[in-house]
Amino acid sequence: MPDAGGTESRGLFARLASLPNDSVAKMVLVTIVLSLVCSVLVSSAAVFLKPLQDRNVEMARKARILEVAGLMEPGKDIDELFKAVDVRLVDLDTGEFTDVLDPEEYNQQVAARDPELSEPIPPWEDIAGISRRAKYAPVYLVEQDGEIQKVILPVHGYGLWSTMYGFLALSGDADTVEGLTFYQHAETPGLGGEIENPNWLAKWTGKRVYGPEGDVKLSVIKGQVDPQSEDAKWSIDGISGATLTAQGVSRMVHYWLGEQGFGLFLERLKKEEAA
Amino acid sequence: MSDTKQVLLEPVIDRNPITLQVLGVCSALAVTTQMIPSLIMGLAVIAVLTASNAAVSLIRNHMPGNIRIIIQMVIIASLVILVDQFLKAFAYDVSKQLSVFVGLIITNCIVLGRAEAFASSNPVGPSILDGIGHALGYAGVLLVVAFFRELFGSGKLFGITILPLSTDGGWYVPNGLLLLAPSAFFIIGLLIWAIRTWKPAQVEKTEYRISVVHRTEAL
Repeated sequence: MPDAGGTESRGLFARLASLPNDSVAKMVLVTIVLSLVCSVLVSSAAVFLKPLQDRNVEMARKARILEVAGLMEPGKDIDELFKAVDVRLVDLDTGEFTDVLDPEEYNQQVAARDPELSEPIPPWEDIAGISRRAKYAPVYLVEQDGEIQKVILPVHGYGLWSTMYGFLALSGDADTVEGLTFYQHAETPGLGGEIENPNWLAKWTGKRVYGPEGDVKLSVIKGQVDPQSEDAKWSIDGISGATLTAQGVSRMVHYWLGEQGFGLFLERLKKEEAA
Repeated sequence: MSDTKQVLLEPVIDRNPITLQVLGVCSALAVTTQMIPSLIMGLAVIAVLTASNAAVSLIRNHMPGNIRIIIQMVIIASLVILVDQFLKAFAYDVSKQLSVFVGLIITNCIVLGRAEAFASSNPVGPSILDGIGHALGYAGVLLVVAFFRELFGSGKLFGITILPLSTDGGWYVPNGLLLLAPSAFFIIGLLIWAIRTWKPAQVEKTEYRISVVHRTEAL
């Protein structure tokens, strides 16, 4: 038959394309082809743009460190400014600096999931709700004439919905707060999300961490801080509508400044300061 | 007006997706506190709507009727993810400000609406123009709303101070309401009023009339 020859020469694709649109075969075919094309597009974009995106995230993190250290100058190159910051790795169990890993390459978030580089936190000690703690943590030091001016500590803890990641900056005395900032969280915008509010974060500056007995006393309280009260220098105003997030912030600060976190390191720093 | 010109320009004012069809208002409320995010959002919607209209129109003759909405959604969702990835790579700060609203372009009624109403039954060329036109209409309204909100809400335009704020030693006391979402409702409402006064053809016919019922009639 002349017709059959004609159909064959049109090739497989044309024959499939000429199927009636509402036939099951055509439906399956269109779905598969479309899904393939779309997934290739999306995944190749994700793969090829990943290095650029990672660099952006890294720059944003560095910018936050500079901001909390008070070194940020708008319009200047972040990498250039970051040279003033010394990145070191601290062994949290001893409080000593360590060189086992390259601090520039080290990622605390990834390490906290790696069984070789982290340990589970027993539930009764896990006040920050983070379940695993990396053995090493980076610290960012701002030095002048060989003396440590500021120490910036990476902190994270569970709020209401999400793990909040931020930086806490202390002065060289390892007791006075220089600043706090968050760079990643998923708390409710407008309520818990107010932890990013610069006005609220500014309240942290100048507060003290350790009470007279050497325990971490710095906390977010409910309501407003009474400036006359004895505890005023360890207290931060609460955020209305965000009690649980604020509690999370308090617990995070208590965990990371306590013995489980940077406590030993800060104690050593204080002794060196005194000596 | 020639046909092509009409397809491109009609949606900008005469059939504007926000002010006439009142679609896509959600994102128009959320991202318009400042000009720069509004501009980027507008560009993102232009890219998504143009490409989705082109793609849907391209395969319109092979689109099984039963699953056409799913197919259109797959195309739109893929394009939105692409735009989101590009923004994260090349405009990181703005993409952080826009946060979920880039992803929510997927659910923007304008995009699926144009794919279904126009692109699935028209050739590629006019579909692209239709996409650009509607996205321009959307972006235009976004920019107008953002202009008022940023200028009177924070005394700035594109982040540059125009009205020096009293908190920074200037004279202007900003209107805090304009930074909150409801203000966008007011501005869009006033905009619709202004456009309908200018072009009375856009005013819908009254659907019902409230009539005074006399006691005798009720009985």
